[in-house]
Amino acid sequence: MKKKCIIIPAYNESKNILNVIENIKKVTDADIIVIDDGSKDQTQRQALKAGVFVISHPFNMGYGVALQTGYKFAIRHHYDILLQIDGDGQHTPDSIPLFFEKVEAGDCDVLIGSRFLGSNSYKPSLPKRIGILLFKIIIRMINRTEITDPTSGYQCMTKEVFDVFTDDDFPCDYPDTNIIIRLHRMGFIVKELPVQMKENPEGKSMHHGTFTVMYYFFKMFLSIFISLISKKNYLKKEAIDA
Amino acid sequence: MTLYQKLFAVFTVLSIFWLIVQLVKKGKLREEYSWLWILTGIVLIIIVLWYDLLLFITKLTGAVLPTTTLFVFGIIFLLMLSLHFAIKISLLTYEVKNLAQKISFLEAEADQGKPGMNSDAQTISTD
Repeated sequence: MKKKCIIIPAYNESKNILNVIENIKKVTDADIIVIDDGSKDQTQRQALKAGVFVISHPFNMGYGVALQTGYKFAIRHHYDILLQIDGDGQHTPDSIPLFFEKVEAGDCDVLIGSRFLGSNSYKPSLPKRIGILLFKIIIRMINRTEITDPTSGYQCMTKEVFDVFTDDDFPCDYPDTNIIIRLHRMGFIVKELPVQMKENPEGKSMHHGTFTVMYYFFKMFLSIFISLISKKNYLKKEAIDA
Repeated sequence: MTLYQKLFAVFTVLSIFWLIVQLVKKGKLREEYSWLWILTGIVLIIIVLWYDLLLFITKLTGAVLPTTTLFVFGIIFLLMLSLHFAIKISLLTYEVKNLAQKISFLEAEADQGKPGMNSDAQTISTD
């Protein structure tokens, strides 16, 4: 039996975090670790009340850093499989057992939850759909594989993968399409699983405002370009296998 | 270049040198940040005392006036300095992030033990 954990990055999610944890507990007994990214509200207190392990950043460092804290902690405590799920309640936890089952069976190294393969999932806004389509095309061109939801943060992965993410070259700002391309080039198998996703209860999004969206696209293209020219990415998987 | 201009330039550069050395001596400026300033000061001294070199560089770069050459090299120096600081800030950002992550682990482990332990034993910290 492999050691599993669920990491929940959360920033100012005191209204949702308790519900998210309760719903996860109904479907799995894996260890739950909440990474409170310097929240100004009662997120930490609420998560502790729910009886899960809470890691609190001393200040806000962003979604990607919170995820990386989870990866580092999972390595530190010798977990074999890690699942990441958002703390805002967008991801429905019903699919968690299936995520674990497929990754544990060795079907793939990373399993991404796709809102576009599942039925009755909410449809993102038009600009977001256009962005997702663009990154989908880029992945198809570079990786020659079909990923329908490259921006999904609902993912499950093996130790070999999250070990790679503990490096300083992990793109902490926006770990999305660039990560999928990098993993593919390193020889990891990336697959998708149909999942249900709900709209953010408060309508919040990581990418709001024209400047943020433009910055996101700039960073993503730069990160993809670096992934393509970096030889380091090829070497890592070989090193892990050795 | 007149003698007064030369004297003023040399005096300015020597003052900057003295300031940098004092800052390093008092520990307000690290040696690793002072080298670029000192290097620029040395280049300025050489150019001031060896005016023909400035004329030669001006001719080499295709500039019309020696002052243009000085301005161009001044801008290059400022760009180099900005890049130097950008590299340092990037490095510091990584270090601060890694340090904050480590502190978070240690604090969480000290308060709560290991993940999956009896949840009743977990304490609520309001820090």
